[in-house]
Amino acid sequence: MSEESGLSRRRFLTVATTVVGVTGAAFTAVPFLASWKPSARAQAAGAPVQVDISKLETGAMVRLEWRGRPVWILRRSADMLERMSQVVDQLSDPDSIESEQPGYTQNETRSVKPEVLVVIGTCTHLGCAPIERFDVAPEDLGPAWEGGFYCPCHGSKFDLAGRVYSGVPAPTNLPVPPHRYVGDNLIIIGEDTGASV
Amino acid sequence: MNSARADAVNGGQRSPRFIDWIDARFPLTKMLKEHVTEYYAAKNFNVWYVFGVLAFVVLIIQLLTGIWLTMNYKPAAADAFASVEYIMRDVEWGWLIRYMHSTGASAFFIVVYLHMFRGMMYGSYKPPRELLWIIGMLIYLALMAEGFFGYLLPWGQMSYWGAQVIVSLFGAVPLVGDALVEWIRGDFYISDITLNRFFALHVIAVPLALVMLVVVHILALHETGSLGPDGIEIKEKKGPDGIPLDGVAFHPYLTSKDLVAIVIFLILFSGVIFFAPEMGGYFLEHANFEPANRLKTPEHIAPVWYFTPFYAILRAVPSKGLGALLMFMAIVVLFLLPWLDRCKVKSIRYRGWTFKIALTVFAVSFVALGYLGLMPATETYVLLARIFAGLYFAFFLFMPLYTSMEKTKPVPERVVFHD
Amino acid sequence: MLKRETAHRWGVAAAVALLLTAAPVFAASEYPLQPAGNDVGNIPSLQRGARNFINYCMGCHSAQYVRYNRLAEDLGIREDQVIDNLMFAADKPQETMTVAMPAGDAERWFGQSPPDLSLIARSRGTDYLYTFLKSFYVEDGRPTGVNNLVLANASMPHVLWELQGEQRAVFEVKTATDSEGIEYTRTVFKELELVKPGRLSPEEYDRFVRDIVNFLDYVGEPMQLQRTRLGVWVIVFLLVFGLFAYLLKNEIWKDVK
Repeated sequence: MSEESGLSRRRFLTVATTVVGVTGAAFTAVPFLASWKPSARAQAAGAPVQVDISKLETGAMVRLEWRGRPVWILRRSADMLERMSQVVDQLSDPDSIESEQPGYTQNETRSVKPEVLVVIGTCTHLGCAPIERFDVAPEDLGPAWEGGFYCPCHGSKFDLAGRVYSGVPAPTNLPVPPHRYVGDNLIIIGEDTGASV
Repeated sequence: MNSARADAVNGGQRSPRFIDWIDARFPLTKMLKEHVTEYYAAKNFNVWYVFGVLAFVVLIIQLLTGIWLTMNYKPAAADAFASVEYIMRDVEWGWLIRYMHSTGASAFFIVVYLHMFRGMMYGSYKPPRELLWIIGMLIYLALMAEGFFGYLLPWGQMSYWGAQVIVSLFGAVPLVGDALVEWIRGDFYISDITLNRFFALHVIAVPLALVMLVVVHILALHETGSLGPDGIEIKEKKGPDGIPLDGVAFHPYLTSKDLVAIVIFLILFSGVIFFAPEMGGYFLEHANFEPANRLKTPEHIAPVWYFTPFYAILRAVPSKGLGALLMFMAIVVLFLLPWLDRCKVKSIRYRGWTFKIALTVFAVSFVALGYLGLMPATETYVLLARIFAGLYFAFFLFMPLYTSMEKTKPVPERVVFHD
Repeated sequence: MLKRETAHRWGVAAAVALLLTAAPVFAASEYPLQPAGNDVGNIPSLQRGARNFINYCMGCHSAQYVRYNRLAEDLGIREDQVIDNLMFAADKPQETMTVAMPAGDAERWFGQSPPDLSLIARSRGTDYLYTFLKSFYVEDGRPTGVNNLVLANASMPHVLWELQGEQRAVFEVKTATDSEGIEYTRTVFKELELVKPGRLSPEEYDRFVRDIVNFLDYVGEPMQLQRTRLGVWVIVFLLVFGLFAYLLKNEIWKDVK
């Protein structure tokens, strides 16, 4: 056997062994990396939450928790919906292009049913909990305030659809979690069909 | 020759490479040459020489799987047991990581015992390698500590009661015994406090010590050079190029050979993990699937299999204090091996029949003691344990005598292949 | 020279092999155990076992590390079937199989809290559990009215008595001579006799119990089937890798004398 073919057999075997070895190492890495995914316990704790809104009065809001975040469900009155359309020019992102929400809530009311708002109640600036300010034109918020949410930490303002006002520290609208309706009164937060109702 | 001088010799014509940048700041190429590509070892290493690198592989496995287990394990008495089941069931692939770690613990001891036995057969502890042997013995001690601390962590019945028995042994120390036991436990009984501190020792303190000791162990080995199954120093016969005639470079010769051994080991390792992770109750003891209960003693408390030879020696002595002392001496006496053995010939291949018989008796006694340590302490078993313990100590105590009058065979000049 | 080393090697190996075969490892039971003969791969058996366990055992015993949705997935049961047929003490399928009985009450009623059974198959063994559930017999004077051959003076009542029926322990008197030639008598257990049949025949009852034990075997280590399946592939891969490594080693070493 010539030295040439000896060297090439050696090279072939080195390459082959290395390739198989690296493949093995990659397979071995999979369990270690995958173990970082949310465990069954995390999935259980983060499972979808069911809410019955049959007793929710108009103008009232209910608070609950999903995946460690506060979820607000507000049943808006016709008046509130009307006032919402009046503040559009004061908003930073009225069409919800930058903000986080499922496709079926990327509309004027940011909801599936026009009157029911489902939103994550965490200010998109630095994570404080905004306060409900459904009153119209109060002294501290000025005559242009048509109702919404006000964040006390740094003064960010959101309207009754959770849309952020311009000129405030918060960069985007309040996020909307994935959710779907079962019938008219049961909302499942954390689950959706991917399409609108 | 460093890169600056190389450049000067070539008239500065070679373009600087990344490796030169590193070498000017860290002795990378120098270290690789000294310890890997130009480190020569005997070309006739047999299978007994594989266990050192296998121990290193198991160390890496234990470190990796151990770190990953720590991500989900909870070192509190109320949560520990449940957190292990959480890893087994709820964490993706947690069961595999757990089994790798539990099997790795036993594999570590199997490999280390075989590694130590190789040293005893081929005289790896003889001058100038006495310090190498001592460092190795320190690694063995650290390993036993690591296994002991780690075993409490699952907080099962055997974890608890095994720790209870071993910790109470320290009560045998005269005068300070009871205070010592309380100090080790940090409480009046083995509790959440003990668990938390054993966790700290198992996860950080002892592993750090182990890794440092392994580095020192390899440096000490490279200083003297490796011996071989013929017990001759290959550096004594060098060729005109300065390379030992009977030597092969560690890379690629021994790396390629060790790779085969590592794969065979991994096959056996995987066989256990995937098909028999409990190994009949030896690697994962059945009683440990019950949460620790301070008020209920298991019928049969035995330490994990790798401690049983010493446990048998402990139980062979009727007095607790003397038993503990003797058990301790059984390990100390191993440290003294380089000085007890008076024979000038290193390898068993050329030693007299007295040593061969003595070593066989030692090996049989060690295994027998291991078996007896697993058994309940009946009259017959205790008697047998006494006999084998006696033989175990006789191997060491009479060694200066029977090794100084050994009829050895002539040691060859060059290595001999046994194929 | 060579022979001694090889003999040595084999001697150590043989000793180790002997060690592995000899020691008893499960907590010893005086009464000889019958083999459970269950097959964790038998899904219908596991399904029946799950039903049996939930209907008869979960009044007192929890399986706190088992999640219902995992059960559904592994046993091929739809989540809505699990909710309708198996979940009595839980709301959501992600929850674990816990029971409603408070621990304090349980201790008062039975003398000790009924243990959680998630890992009982691993700590006691399937043969133990199988024989235990078959070895209850009537004994007057006991708070539960029964005793058990596998676990003497068990505080557990014979929950399955309607299915198995009633057994009585038959003892016989045996005479023997001791080392000094003196005769003495001993009362020794002979066998169990079914005095009142239950709703199931003995074979049906055995299968009923085997299904429960099979379920407990699964519950002890739910991933055991995936474990063995994956193991085959891992070893096949390692054999291929080993072959390459071996060929490479021979190629590198071929010039060494």
